[in-house]
Amino acid sequence: MEASLKQLREEFQYDKTNNCVQCGYCLPVCPTYSTFGKETHSPRGRINLVKMVGEGKITDLSLLEEPFDLCLGCRACETACPTGVEYGSLLEATRAALVKRKTFSIPVRLLRKSLLKKVFPSRKMMNVTGHSIWLYEKSGLQKAARKSGIMKTLPYNLGAFESIMPVPVSPVERGRALTEMKAKLKRKYTVAFFTGCIMDAMFHRINQLSIKLLSEAGCDVVVVPKQTCCGALHAHSGEIDEARNLAKQNILAFEKMAADFVVNNAGGCGAMLYEYGHLLSDESEWADRAAAFSAKSKDISQILVECGLPELRVRAGERVTYQRSCHMTNVQKVKQEPIKLLKQVPGIHFIEMDQAEMCCGSAGIYNIVNYDASMLILDEKMMHTKATEAAVIITTNPGCLLQMKLGIEREGLTESMRALHLIEYLAEAAGII
Amino acid sequence: MKVVISNHTQEIEAIIKTGRVLTNESDRFSYSFDASFGTYLPDLVVQTKSTEELVSLVKFANREKIPLYPRGQATSLSGGPLSVKGGIILDLSVMNDVLEIHEEDLVAVVSPGVLTANIHKAAEEKGFMYPPDPSSSHVSTIGGNLAENSGGPRGLKYGVTKDYVIGLEVITPEGELINTGGRTVKNVTGYDLTKLIVGSEGTLGIITKAVLRLIPKPKATATMMVIFDSLVDAGRAISKILSAGIFPSKMELMDQASIVAVEQFEPLGLPVDAAALILIEMDGHPLALQEEVSQAAELCRTVGARDVRIPKDKAEEAELWRARKLVSPAIVRIKPTKISEDATVPRSKIPEMCERLQEIRDKYGVHLVVFGHAGDGNLHPNIICDKTDHEEMSRVELAVSEIFTAAIELGGTLSGEHGIGIMKAPFMEMELGAAGLDMMKRIKDVWDPNNIMNPGKIFPEPGQKMELS
Ligand SMILES: Cc1cc2nc3c(=O)[nH]c(=O)nc-3n(C[C@H](O)[C@H](O)[C@H](O)COP(=O)(O)OP(=O)(O)OC[C@H]3O[C@@H](n4cnc5c(N)ncnc54)[C@H](O)[C@@H]3O)c2cc1C
Ligand code: SF4
Ligand code: SF4
Repeated sequence: MEASLKQLREEFQYDKTNNCVQCGYCLPVCPTYSTFGKETHSPRGRINLVKMVGEGKITDLSLLEEPFDLCLGCRACETACPTGVEYGSLLEATRAALVKRKTFSIPVRLLRKSLLKKVFPSRKMMNVTGHSIWLYEKSGLQKAARKSGIMKTLPYNLGAFESIMPVPVSPVERGRALTEMKAKLKRKYTVAFFTGCIMDAMFHRINQLSIKLLSEAGCDVVVVPKQTCCGALHAHSGEIDEARNLAKQNILAFEKMAADFVVNNAGGCGAMLYEYGHLLSDESEWADRAAAFSAKSKDISQILVECGLPELRVRAGERVTYQRSCHMTNVQKVKQEPIKLLKQVPGIHFIEMDQAEMCCGSAGIYNIVNYDASMLILDEKMMHTKATEAAVIITTNPGCLLQMKLGIEREGLTESMRALHLIEYLAEAAGII
Repeated sequence: MKVVISNHTQEIEAIIKTGRVLTNESDRFSYSFDASFGTYLPDLVVQTKSTEELVSLVKFANREKIPLYPRGQATSLSGGPLSVKGGIILDLSVMNDVLEIHEEDLVAVVSPGVLTANIHKAAEEKGFMYPPDPSSSHVSTIGGNLAENSGGPRGLKYGVTKDYVIGLEVITPEGELINTGGRTVKNVTGYDLTKLIVGSEGTLGIITKAVLRLIPKPKATATMMVIFDSLVDAGRAISKILSAGIFPSKMELMDQASIVAVEQFEPLGLPVDAAALILIEMDGHPLALQEEVSQAAELCRTVGARDVRIPKDKAEEAELWRARKLVSPAIVRIKPTKISEDATVPRSKIPEMCERLQEIRDKYGVHLVVFGHAGDGNLHPNIICDKTDHEEMSRVELAVSEIFTAAIELGGTLSGEHGIGIMKAPFMEMELGAAGLDMMKRIKDVWDPNNIMNPGKIFPEPGQKMELS
């Protein structure tokens, strides 16, 4: 079926491309342009491809697939753009339009369906994931698998991630997860904690530490029941309707509690929560509620700066660098808070790496579905990281954390460098376990 | 119709051993534009860091009569790197490996793909300055700057790209590798081919290396903002300061339309009721600066300046320059299409040009914004319009032609820095006269007998007109 040009223009949001004056200001900040070295993988190039569709010059839409698959969605381009091109919306619209028409190969289809529709949104399934990681390690299967080399033959190079999986949490421990914690001293705020699906399955411990640290800082913390996946991975993969559904479930869940803020510790999720207002702006019943939810949504670093940290121990001369979460920087625009917190740790030596704002290549499930591309981007990131001679790389998002761990492993630096979530590091310094 | 056929592609792939040959349609579309108008699909795109491979490729293309288009980062505002006649785009931005600062000779040696901002940085780290500063420095390549003879605000005091290039390595359209000039500031051996290549917009060959002159970095800078109730008075103040022997490093003008647009875009506390303002930067020894600032302030007041503001600290100073930086992004929020002209007039004619521009604005009912490097007569009259509105665009076309006519009548030029490309080719004869243009054409024919190097640029096709709608 030939879609009419008008319909294509609407679907791809062609109107938005007209704001692009092709000045190229976005080129130096785009990680994929820098790594792959051609305009086809630059923001300006990608926007032009959409323009060409809207002008009827490109009719074979498959031409857009690779360029848009390989975009990290890091949105660094938006921050450099002098004319305010809404690249994030264009990207989502284009992916949705492409997904609608595309027949995926069977394994990709299965992976998309099972991960996006079943696993991430289901607390139970994510717990199972968490449990199976635990079982896998405890049962000795991990050792056996490593020995047999079977990991190398897993699809999507999942084997590469195996060695960096976090220390798993036992089902018993998971069952004891905090659901509520009062402020330690005087209460400053009441906050609802957003657990996130990947954070909770893989980095359960960091979530627990976050709750404790918030309580130390003066917050009553509540883990609201019935919350679900933020929907970011869906939105970025072109499954907009599913993302909207998840957003509504979360809004309903959190509306039940009169908290001052909804606090999260994952830059990617936080950005999605921050954009619920935008995501649901066309649905009259939801628009205001979504905007109100987004206004309340904060990254944990913002709250900790606001409330003040508990006393921290001296870490004399420790060299620390910070790998930003793109979505936290470019979408939520939370830039200074993590650095402010780090600089409060007495005795550390904070060093910015070169090209600090460039994406690490994790980008949601990018490093799984575009493994080779992602590793090229990671290698470039590691080059700058190594140059800092840091002992600790701080991150603020689970995807970045895993990717930096992988980077350290690939460079053979496990002895001298560790990647930590900001909260782990602060908790360590505050003596919270 | 493709000029490159599959046999050619095979041969090209054999020549380009270390680089890449891009033939996918998505890649070809991604090299079909620059920062001006139009889409021209190249047959293929070549990327290589190897000068030898490029030499072989040029020889091959010259033999087969395949057009070649050098391209930096495609920030050209005049259509310079567009493959208007099909053929091969040479993506020279990949040649970005050489950036040497030779302190003793006060020169930098660079390969063409190096970004100009990186040259600024490398020079400054060693206490030098590479003055040419187009506002696109952080994205444009030095190769593109050389080919367009780009300039920026500092052009007023320090001149433009051509004033800082003393040697080039060039592949001629027939595939010979030649060196022009050298490493010395003084050099009178034969014709000055360096200056001929600079500003030739890629029509006379491919620049593969350049030797640039550096100067010692000035010790300090000072900034002031002067506010006027009339645009023409602002123009007068500029002439007055310059003729009083004060030589600011930058003198940037913003008219009321641009002041208002910036304030709406990001409130910075600019005077929206003023007709114009000038931002002035001086550089030199800190003691001399103080004196020059107060002298310039006094001069502005005598021609009727409403107010002179001197920033208290570096932060406030940065704020003022931010206002100037925001003009471009701010004005495109009004309407999406920006026709950015750079017609330039002799300094003494600045007030008259300001008047003519206001007349043109009213006559054609176009949204005309005037800002830019006023100190060197390079006003940037920008017309803000909507390219999908054909009726409006035909008025814009008329207004643009009249701007060119006004500039030339006042003894000025079509283009101060953006180049001719395809956009301004139709007006060449108006400025140069038939004989002048013919002389240039003859030079082109001698260098490039098969017309393969960036064809369709600078020289108008018979009957070619400017087309915006
Ligand atoms: C927002 C914006 C602001 C700008 N501000 C200014 C300004 O202040 N001052 C100014 O002068 N210009 C300005 N420009 C115009 C543009 O940036 C300059 O003309 C710049 O020099 C082009 O560099 P480029 O690397 O993008 O070259 P391209 O646009 O890719 O090419 C420009 C021309 O150079 C030729 N060329 C490129 N590399 C080579 C080479 N190695 N050998 C031979 N020929 C070559 C091409 O064929 C083409 O004709 C601006 C543009 C934009 C979009
Ligand atoms: S989102 Fe990131 S990867 Fe994608 S075009 Fe923008 S800067 Fe490049
Ligand atoms: S910076 Fe903005 S306007 Fe310029 S090319 Fe990139 S997206 Fe387009």
